[in-house]
Amino acid sequence: MNWSLMLESVPALLYGALATVQMLLMTLVCGALLALPLGIVAANGRPIIRLPVMGYITFFRGTPLLVQVFLVYYGFSQFQIIRSSIFWPLLREAWFCALLTLALHTAAYTANILRGAILAIPAGQKEAAVALGMRPSLIYRLVILPQALRIGMPAYGNEMISMMKATSLASTITIMELTGTANTIVARTYAPYEVFISAALVYLCVAWMLSRLVRAIEARLSRHMRPAVEAQNTLRRVPVHA
Amino acid sequence: MDPLQGWGDEIAHGTLLTMKVAVLSLLVGLCWGMLGALAQMSPNRAVASLGRGFSLVMRGTPELLVILIVYFGGTVALTKAVNLFVADFGFVEVPPLQAGVFALSLVFGGYAAEVLRGAWQSVPSGVIEAGHSLGLGWFVMFAKIRLPLLMRFALPGLGNNWISLIKDTSLISIVGLHELMGLSQMATSVTRQPFTFYMTAALIYLALTLANTRLIAWFEGRLMRGERRSPA
Repeated sequence: MNWSLMLESVPALLYGALATVQMLLMTLVCGALLALPLGIVAANGRPIIRLPVMGYITFFRGTPLLVQVFLVYYGFSQFQIIRSSIFWPLLREAWFCALLTLALHTAAYTANILRGAILAIPAGQKEAAVALGMRPSLIYRLVILPQALRIGMPAYGNEMISMMKATSLASTITIMELTGTANTIVARTYAPYEVFISAALVYLCVAWMLSRLVRAIEARLSRHMRPAVEAQNTLRRVPVHA
Repeated sequence: MDPLQGWGDEIAHGTLLTMKVAVLSLLVGLCWGMLGALAQMSPNRAVASLGRGFSLVMRGTPELLVILIVYFGGTVALTKAVNLFVADFGFVEVPPLQAGVFALSLVFGGYAAEVLRGAWQSVPSGVIEAGHSLGLGWFVMFAKIRLPLLMRFALPGLGNNWISLIKDTSLISIVGLHELMGLSQMATSVTRQPFTFYMTAALIYLALTLANTRLIAWFEGRLMRGERRSPA
């Protein structure tokens, strides 16, 4: 182990980690915006729109992310129509392709989580809202989505962490995020253990922070289900070593 | 008109290699998973935290990074070891197949350890006590009581991990294995038709994951047949 090399590579790796976190945040935001309508449609849209959405979800969940990344980054260039379209300046950029693929990928997973969460809400909730004369948009905003969020949050937390790891695939199309940076340093110094293990430690730190964040959000979303203050006090008064 | 321009048989071989890599990683990974689960449940606190740390690291590190560590790290270690005995032997490379299988088996093991530990702990104690009261020995108890219940509890989780594992095998192409993904890359560089070949690969992967999802569902149904309600 070359400790000084490990220390030397830390600033560059942290800079790479910054790119990883930026990419993760943008992916998650775009993916969530896309997943919201898709998840609602997948849960109870008409078959004519639900089936294409389910097809989209199945495709992105059933194929490796690496194939999806290559399909977008290299695959589109096969068609002259795309190369001469106005989107080409964007589709030529590696960072845009990485972001697009990761967002489409996480949107499929998130929509599936949302679909499951919406379907898990007891039908009586919706019926009660209908009986009160609420419009569908109001039912979703006040009754269904808040509960779906709570039910889906644990699964979405796992999805966030798995997307954090998935950003490492952007390094395969030349993006210099954490894994890409580590790869470059290894190619220069040929010290794979030191550099890759440092990178792994940085990933672990980010994963740990994400899981803490998810736990905090979960606690906040279910704060009305916590035992009352009084009950907490009685619990605390029970001697531990009785 | 052959859309694959004669690359069909290579793609078929690549698909076979992908399945081979996935099955090998599954078998080795299950061993890691069992070891990890046993370690996590060990009364020895050092061993238990080692087991938990193993799962934590494997679940928190990108699969790609684990493959890179095993491949490049293994190559450096092997080169050093060989040069220790044979002076100036030069560069020794770890074969990508073995490195990839080892790396993916570790990742699968990290996930499987958590699933198996959870399943082991979900076996109701009353069932075990019933076994004791019948005077069953350790082996019969394990084979006839614990294992069937364990499989029933663990299968949904292991099934998900197995599907992820099939998809993760594509990452080994990055260290130079010519499985389905690696061969698609090769075909692309020759034919200049990336969309055709990556879409073909995507559809083959999709077929593999869908078929395996069905297989798992069938297997789950089989394991649950003791729980099925009798017709009213």
